[in-house]
Amino acid sequence: MIGFENVRKEYPGGTLAVEDFSLEIASHESVVLVGTSGSGKTTLMRMINRMVDPTSGRITIDGDDVASLDPVRLRRSVGYVMQASGLLPHRTVLDNITTVPVLRGISKRDARTRAHELMETVGLEAALAVRYPAQLSGGQQQRVGVARGLAADPNILLMDEPFGAVDPIVRGELQQELMHLQRDLKKTIVFVTHDIDEAFLIGDRVVILRPGCVVAQIGTPQEILADPADDFVASFVGADRGTRSLHVERVDGRDIVVDADGRAAGVLTAHAAARSGPAGETPS
Amino acid sequence: MSWVLENLDLIAARTGSHLLQALPPILVALALSLPLAKLANSQGWLRTGVTTTSGLLYAIPSLPLFVLLPGIIGTSVRSPLNIAIALSLYGLALMVPAASDAFRSVSRDVLSSATAQGYAPTARFFQVELPLAGPVLLAGVRVVAVSTISLVTVGGVLGVPSLGMLFVDGFRRGIIAEIAAGVVLTAVLAVLTDALLVLLGRALMPWTRQRSVRRP
Repeated sequence: MIGFENVRKEYPGGTLAVEDFSLEIASHESVVLVGTSGSGKTTLMRMINRMVDPTSGRITIDGDDVASLDPVRLRRSVGYVMQASGLLPHRTVLDNITTVPVLRGISKRDARTRAHELMETVGLEAALAVRYPAQLSGGQQQRVGVARGLAADPNILLMDEPFGAVDPIVRGELQQELMHLQRDLKKTIVFVTHDIDEAFLIGDRVVILRPGCVVAQIGTPQEILADPADDFVASFVGADRGTRSLHVERVDGRDIVVDADGRAAGVLTAHAAARSGPAGETPS
Repeated sequence: MSWVLENLDLIAARTGSHLLQALPPILVALALSLPLAKLANSQGWLRTGVTTTSGLLYAIPSLPLFVLLPGIIGTSVRSPLNIAIALSLYGLALMVPAASDAFRSVSRDVLSSATAQGYAPTARFFQVELPLAGPVLLAGVRVVAVSTISLVTVGGVLGVPSLGMLFVDGFRRGIIAEIAAGVVLTAVLAVLTDALLVLLGRALMPWTRQRSVRRP
């Protein structure tokens, strides 16, 4: 469990990054912090492994104030995956994945055995083990980043826009695989993104932040879509734009879901149609 | 040519003492430049100051420096120590800005990511920052090595044994072969050292070799 208690972060010079933030993240839950740049979402996440220390307030992991923990040891116990993977360019794929276990004093041999298993888990060919990061595609680098984050088998996985630098198709694959992994691994995931679609896909709960790190709404994707707290949230999730404002049109005896611009988004299946009942009978 | 064959022992001895004079300043310049560059990079104004000072230092003509140095540090005029100190200063003048650039060439994101993985500060410096600064550091060391090897010859004018002494002596006595031997061997020594450094760099920094084999 991760707790933020009245966290405030002011930088020297008076920049207020976080005013007053509180949140409890349950174990095995995935929470996505989403907001535009300048919303302080990355700052919040980096407070968990003490890359940033709050000016006031507490961050706790399983009840322990992180300020009382040795930062180096804390960081070795928390998985961290960052944008453009942050891999060490002078280390091979295998050595990158074994970084944290080796820092924790696990023998190189054991760490490597585990790294090979992890490469398989995240869908990397074994032949890539001896390559350097610059020799990999963006998607492969991100997979290595995820494998490295998981290598020490941490309970907590922090992910800072981990799929931001890859093309949409690869991003989609990586997102699906992350969700697949999470079903088996049940880590506590804190995920930072500016992409609301990614947030709704990955988050059990989503925290929507305004600039200045003010919480606009916290809830499950369903809750937020069903009842946006205000205009900011509605506009942020796109409820007021075409892509999320869907209705059903009947074409050739089938229910076609159409967005506000009239673009077909999909077909309403029997299961969904039965639940939504009369919705299928009310074309625009 | 016969002069060369008759004086192989002398040439070998001069080459040996030339190398012995060149090596320590190169190593001293490298070793001292690392902490100085780190210090310079920590403050913007300090970096500007260090870069300017280095440039000025290198502008001091070498022969006067060799002559003046004994007066300043109290050594005898022919002491090899003068040469060693003067060459170390020239080496530093080249190496500190190079090292400063080298550390600045290391990606902040990679360093921050290393910290997030749990590298302690010292381990991060030696295992991440220093190796990643390696390619630019090496470029600096190559310039310092070649420049130092050629500057050692100036000591020959003062009577400190080196390959420089061969062409000083050759001029005085009108032996063309001796002048040529001094000049050619100095150049050969510089080129060989440079090649050795390149090979050393490839061995120590294998990741720089493979950049070109990029996968789509």
